[in-house]
Amino acid sequence: MEGLVVIAIGVLTAAGLYLLLRARTFPVLLGLTLLSYAVNVFLFASGRLVVASAPLTDQGLERYPDPVPQALVLTAIVIGFGMTALLVVVALRALRETGSDHVDGGQA
Amino acid sequence: MSHLAILPVLLPLVTGSLLLFTSRLAEGLRRAVGFAATLALLPIALLLMSQVADGSYVVYSLGGWQPPFGIVLVADRLSALMLLLTAIVALASHVYAGDGQDAAGPQFQSLFQFQLLGINGAFLTGDLFNLFVFFEVLLIAFYTLLLHGLGPQRVGAAVHVVVLNLIGSALFLFAVGTLYGVTGTLNIADLARVIPALDAETAPLARSGALLLLGVFALKAALLPLGFWLPRSYAAALGATAALFAVLTKVGVYAILRVFPLAFGPGAGELAGVASPWVLPAALVTLAFGALGVLAARALREAAGWLVVYSVGTLLVAIGLFSEAGYAAAVYYTAHSTLVSAALFLLADAVARQRSVGGDRLDVVDSMPQAGLLGSLFIVAAVAMAGLPPLTGFAGKIMILDAARDSGLAVVTWSVLLSAALVVIVALARAGSALFWRIADAGTARPAQRRVPVRTLAPIGLLLASVVAMVAWGGSVTAYAWSTAGQLARPSAYVEAVLGTAADDRRSLR
Repeated sequence: MEGLVVIAIGVLTAAGLYLLLRARTFPVLLGLTLLSYAVNVFLFASGRLVVASAPLTDQGLERYPDPVPQALVLTAIVIGFGMTALLVVVALRALRETGSDHVDGGQA
Repeated sequence: MSHLAILPVLLPLVTGSLLLFTSRLAEGLRRAVGFAATLALLPIALLLMSQVADGSYVVYSLGGWQPPFGIVLVADRLSALMLLLTAIVALASHVYAGDGQDAAGPQFQSLFQFQLLGINGAFLTGDLFNLFVFFEVLLIAFYTLLLHGLGPQRVGAAVHVVVLNLIGSALFLFAVGTLYGVTGTLNIADLARVIPALDAETAPLARSGALLLLGVFALKAALLPLGFWLPRSYAAALGATAALFAVLTKVGVYAILRVFPLAFGPGAGELAGVASPWVLPAALVTLAFGALGVLAARALREAAGWLVVYSVGTLLVAIGLFSEAGYAAAVYYTAHSTLVSAALFLLADAVARQRSVGGDRLDVVDSMPQAGLLGSLFIVAAVAMAGLPPLTGFAGKIMILDAARDSGLAVVTWSVLLSAALVVIVALARAGSALFWRIADAGTARPAQRRVPVRTLAPIGLLLASVVAMVAWGGSVTAYAWSTAGQLARPSAYVEAVLGTAADDRRSLR
């Protein structure tokens, strides 16, 4: 399972980076979203992956998942969501002010 | 337990939230509430400073949850100094904005408070993940304040800033995840305790986490090659907010100064000095580039933006030495450069408002109605920034040069620092003479010129008076810088103060 998660994080990051390097604001935005998905899965995995166990600690359990990364990931999701919403607004505003969705505002 | 340490976070949070929901009230009342909350930060910072001045630490565990599991706020000499600087600059910026700039868009007052919330929180937190959260709070307020007043230039600059900083946030989380995965803790003091014990197998992972973290802090501090976003966006912002942003880059510098000597200092075993090969070279490049940027700037605000880059470079040269003398110089120079850069941004804005044509462009046009007053303020700021005696820039540079003398790179550091200072002197002299000295013959009809009320110029005076006070009480300011450096160079006291006995009965989760 570790292998699958690692590949997922890698693919998400690579796709995110590729989109980030595009010249239009919309692909850049999608790239940031993918990157934040990758980050969230990565953060979640930093508490080690545990299957077939209680979701939180329980008396007498040898292996249980670490609750801290779950809390971190929740915070990160909320913050990432807010930031993405803000970027959408800024990008739309830039389109209105400069008449172009190029990241540098200028040329078509 | 005294609740003083959380007030710098709580007060802007409550005030900002209240202001958010009272937008129907008269603007004057909202401004007065914002002013009162901003002013109140000053005595709070001073009180906190007096509590930690003897070298003790104020540790506040939120909700009574003990570290390393609970979240802590930690105030030491460095945090208290940064809070004081923020309070002074915020006060100046708020008063200056009161002359109409705060009405250029909705919700300026609450955004201003949220900005202070983020900055103060970042200076107080003792936890890496909370540092991330406060970074995000201050960034989201920064974006919206940057956009305040709108216009194509501001929006264009904001797109770049938002995208870059969102990438930075993603990298920050990668770094945090890596460090947590290796050490099982995010409390900075606890990291300092766990990291020396890492073995050769896990240390490389922690090293990549640490270097990622350094990259993120360098982006916030506008250290080259990650600092090109700064001059354009700061020049596009309103004058009053740009002055407040002068503190923002210092948050990045503060984070480097807080985390690296503490958690990755000489006692960190495999990871000792993980940042030292990177900081000094990058800082020297930033310094040189910043000085050239000032020389190439075509407007005063742009020059002020490059001066921020220049002073960040100078600061990180001092930090990059990773010695007690270097830290002392850095602490002193942080106080100096924050105050002077903020004053320059306000000054540039006042100049742009007074000139009938050309704004703050460095062209020779007709004179300003208050050229004498503005010119005198400019020369004080320029002398301090360029590092000429008798003002603070000079003393700060001497401290940095002196700290660099014992390091292996003394020759390179001295030559870059001194030649960059020369370039800045030339650039500022040129700017000053174009703006205040050489005046084109008044052409035909002069458009009506606007005088700026002295009340609006008072904040510039306040900032520059603080700079002069730093010289007048130079002895005690330098002593404070040295004792702060002493705390930074001996992190064991910090770890002891935060973890106390809690470290002993700490039980590993895995």
